[in-house]
Order: sequence, then C-alpha cells, then structure tokens
Amino acid sequence: MYTDPRVVSAVEDQFVPVRVHVKENRDEFQRLGAEYQAQWTPTILILDEAGEERHRIEGFLPADDFLSQLALGAAKAAFSAGDHGTAEQLFESVIASHPNTDAAPEAQYWAGVSRYKATNDPGALHATYRKFQERYNDSTWAKKASVWGG
Amino acid sequence: MTTAAREITWNHDLNRALEDAAARHRRVLLDFSAAPM
Repeated sequence: MYTDPRVVSAVEDQFVPVRVHVKENRDEFQRLGAEYQAQWTPTILILDEAGEERHRIEGFLPADDFLSQLALGAAKAAFSAGDHGTAEQLFESVIASHPNTDAAPEAQYWAGVSRYKATNDPGALHATYRKFQERYNDSTWAKKASVWGG
Repeated sequence: MTTAAREITWNHDLNRALEDAAARHRRVLLDFSAAPM
C-alpha cells in the first residue's frame, strides 16, 4: 500500500503517520493493540486529536481502495467533530474521486446524513434515498437509506 | 538527475504524534504492522 506515490503523498500531506511494528516496537504494539483492539495486521486506524478512533481499515487494500478509505476516514473524523459542512464536502469528494470503490456508497450515505445534520432538513435524507435509486442501489448503504424513501 | 522517491516519515510515539496532530490540525494514522522491515 505504501509504495504507491499517491498513497505516500496522501499520508504525508493529510495525516501524522505512526507505525507500531509487531517486532520492532513490540511493547508499544502490544500496549496500543490492546488499547485499540487491533487484532490483525495490517490494521490502520484514523484517530482524531484526542486519540479517539474515527475509522478503521483492516487488512491489505490496493492503492485506489486504500486511498478511498483514507479519504472516507478523514470525512468521518470531520463528522465526529461536528463539522457537518466540511464532512459533507469530504464525503462528496470520496464519491467524485473514487466512484468505483466500496467507500463510495458509504460516502453517499454519510454525505446525506451530514447535510441533514447541518441543515435539519429531512429533505436531505430523501434526496439521498433518490441518489441510491440512481447509483449504488445494490449496496448495503442503499438498504440503510431505503427507510428514507417514504 | 533522478529524484528520490518520497517516503513516509513514520513516528513511533503516539502521544507525541497526537500533540503534533493537534498543533497542525491533522488526524493521526496509526498503523499496526507486521510487514518485513
């Protein structure tokens, strides 16, 4: 994952990267692994400034999928911080930049929720339901949004 | 002249990284790895 220059740029430019290696950092690996319940490698967590987990990636992913998950994680962190306007933009960016990844339908769902949280307009949820009718309609996230179709 | 490939500069101290993240308004990417060194 980390050999792709796009991944290197994304990690270096958007995050503070920390690595704990099972052999090279044995004590920290075990301590942090217990604290964050990391039970497999690779496990990559996106943490907010308080050290709270905001997104988890377990197992290897090809570069394009990994990039989409990094972007999704950054959006989720903004959402958890209550910055719903920024979160919506970041979720929309995931869809635009990585439309054919597993992150895209999840981002479409949370973009709608972010807009609803920012505006208190339930129309945002119905609009998201309609978007799933047009794209990603066989995804789990479309099922989750189906309740907004009424 | 060739340009050296950019590499990730890994931190190994989470507490220090969290302080850095707060100062720079970034998130932390914490990687639990078993990759060959």
